[in-house]
Amino acid sequence: MDTDDDFMSNVSSEDDILPDDSENDMSGDEDFGFDDEPDAHIDSQKDDGYKKKAAYDISFKVYQPSDVQKQQDELINEVNMILDISKEEAAILLRHFRWNKERLIEDYMDKPSQVLDAAGLATTSAGPPRMQVVPGFVCDICCEDEPGLQTFALKCGHRYCVDCYRHYLSQKIRGEGEAARIQCPSEGCNVIIDARSLDILVTPELTARYHELLHRTYVEDKETLKWCPAPDCENAIECAVKKKDLDKVVPTVSCLCGHRFCFGCILNDHQPAPCELVKKWLKKCADDSETANWISANTKECPKCNSTIEKNGGCNHMTCRKCKHEFCWMCMGLWSEHGTSWYNCNRFEEKSGTEARDAQAKSRVSLERYLHYYNRYANHEQSARLDKDIYHKTEKKMVQLQKESGMSWIEVQYLNSASQALQTCRQTLMWTYAFAFYLARNNLTEIFEDNQKDLEMAVEALSEMFEKPIAELADSKLKVEIMDKTSYCNKRRVILLDDTAQNLAEGRWTFNTELLGSGANGGPSTRR
Amino acid sequence: MASQNKRIAKELAECTNSPPPGISISLPNDSDLHTWHVVLEGPENTVYAGGRFGLVVSLPTDYPFRAPTVTFATRIYHPNVTNDSLGNICLGPLKPENWKPSTRLAGVLEAVRALLIEPQPDDPLEARIADEYRADRKEFEKNARTYVQRYAKGPVKFDSAVSATAGGGAGSGDDKKGAGAATTGSGSGNNP
Ligand SMILES: [Zn+2]
Ligand SMILES: [Zn+2]
Ligand SMILES: [Zn+2]
Ligand SMILES: [Zn+2]
Ligand SMILES: [Zn+2]
Ligand SMILES: [Zn+2]
Repeated sequence: MDTDDDFMSNVSSEDDILPDDSENDMSGDEDFGFDDEPDAHIDSQKDDGYKKKAAYDISFKVYQPSDVQKQQDELINEVNMILDISKEEAAILLRHFRWNKERLIEDYMDKPSQVLDAAGLATTSAGPPRMQVVPGFVCDICCEDEPGLQTFALKCGHRYCVDCYRHYLSQKIRGEGEAARIQCPSEGCNVIIDARSLDILVTPELTARYHELLHRTYVEDKETLKWCPAPDCENAIECAVKKKDLDKVVPTVSCLCGHRFCFGCILNDHQPAPCELVKKWLKKCADDSETANWISANTKECPKCNSTIEKNGGCNHMTCRKCKHEFCWMCMGLWSEHGTSWYNCNRFEEKSGTEARDAQAKSRVSLERYLHYYNRYANHEQSARLDKDIYHKTEKKMVQLQKESGMSWIEVQYLNSASQALQTCRQTLMWTYAFAFYLARNNLTEIFEDNQKDLEMAVEALSEMFEKPIAELADSKLKVEIMDKTSYCNKRRVILLDDTAQNLAEGRWTFNTELLGSGANGGPSTRR
Repeated sequence: MASQNKRIAKELAECTNSPPPGISISLPNDSDLHTWHVVLEGPENTVYAGGRFGLVVSLPTDYPFRAPTVTFATRIYHPNVTNDSLGNICLGPLKPENWKPSTRLAGVLEAVRALLIEPQPDDPLEARIADEYRADRKEFEKNARTYVQRYAKGPVKFDSAVSATAGGGAGSGDDKKGAGAATTGSGSGNNP
């Protein structure tokens, strides 16, 4: 348990949230494969027999909007009781302390007036804020001095007409999306507007927006909370993995809405590649997009007869319609060599150094190396898409078939599972190539490449079965084969991820680049 | 909005009746209270002494709830002013997150003047000039004086910002949020 203690928080794990699909292998849930874990551990952990979660597995918890609200309310109530201050003030203090309750209480006990001051809660109280008409008043913002003008002031006593106050608040809330830290309109005054004062001043509509923004700041203020990036999803995820841990772990989380993403960088699941590699890889691909553009083409020429071959499924086992030549779409090599122990399609053969003496040769080798990995990365991305297309087409035909033959829906769920497995495994494979691109050779790389090869072979085999004509798919023999292959693919993926994650956690990989961002990233440092 | 003009008219009256030191204000168009022309005298005992700098102040329609924009119409060699015909300024109180509707233009203009007396190289718009200011003060002063001689002598022209062709500082520049706050947006170029 030693290596990922750091990443285990007291929040419950994925297993608590996601339906346990161990009794139903055909579940459509994307997180299939957890039933395979014990086997994976026997393979990858020889030293002892304890059961632990896979090394790549991360503890996290999903919160729905009401949970997020409840958490805030609980903290506010607690501080309200312990420190004997109003709920509005407790909320402002908590936001000021970025919801670190312990530090707030400690600091407040130590020096209350300084804390109140710094949080914008002036200590001189003149009763609860209310609207008021003040004789002889001149508004310092609009310079209006009409008698009977309604005015408002926070505790600091800086008084302005209500119209100006409203305009100011709506500019902050609507215009700037600010909520938690709106200050008194007076120059140099840091008193913060509280929710109750806001309720007095503005329309319910604006108040609703204000509370929505406050609600968001709670999540945005906490390093352990992040919004699910899926469009229209309002859930938040809690995870204890910190920025500084990102060279040791790839924290993939999965939301109740089904979206799987990286807690570190919010991008789609990119295991096994660490966040920093992903960032560098994506930048490199964008920079070199022209060089690599031809790769994503849907057509290539048959290496034997040169007739044009179109790829319309995910499977990389190509058969030329004309000359029946069988070859690999990825490396254009003979397919017959791919099913054997000689399979070498995933590995980039470093040529001996003698060949690359001059700079030009070196840069050619480095381009070849990049293209090798990019080719495979882009290909799995494309194949995942094509697999999905095939699945949707098949699904349609299946529905048709069900109507005609009276087969029940459950009986074809195995195709859904197979499709999910292909998607997830190809996503993993994709990132293994970005991972490998930055990997410096050591005694572990061969094991990694073997795992990669095994997963890739399993995926291609499943992908091929998947493209069979509908009549064959309905056959029970193929159905069993597909189910077996699906479960095997998932198993291979777990093995690969577990191995890479363990070695990452223990710092046993060597990369030819830094794994932690310099911190200055994103700063305005470019200049000419 | 009548009440809004009331505030601007009051500020204008205050600024013309008792102008802040070294500052004089005029309206290029009497019917438009939202554009001010300001002449700023280079403060004594600074490299800018003897120069006269034109500033254009533009008040947004919902002034004072949004910050005005202030730009140099006269070229100036300064770490906090873009070294181009846009003359964007990086001024703390004008940043959206700092702006308060009670802030007065007189105060803003005094802050600009204070920037000439004491540049803020740690918050620069021109990183190169800021570096020079810190590392080679003599060279900085020489360059600043040359600029004064070349651009800040004689009658102040306010149209230069409009008529001058935009410089070629493509894509560089410190795009600090809200910095400069020029009417043309944040993409100020850093001309070498
Ligand atoms: Zn007012
Ligand atoms: Zn105040
Ligand atoms: Zn979600
Ligand atoms: Zn990430
Ligand atoms: Zn052929
Ligand atoms: Zn191949």
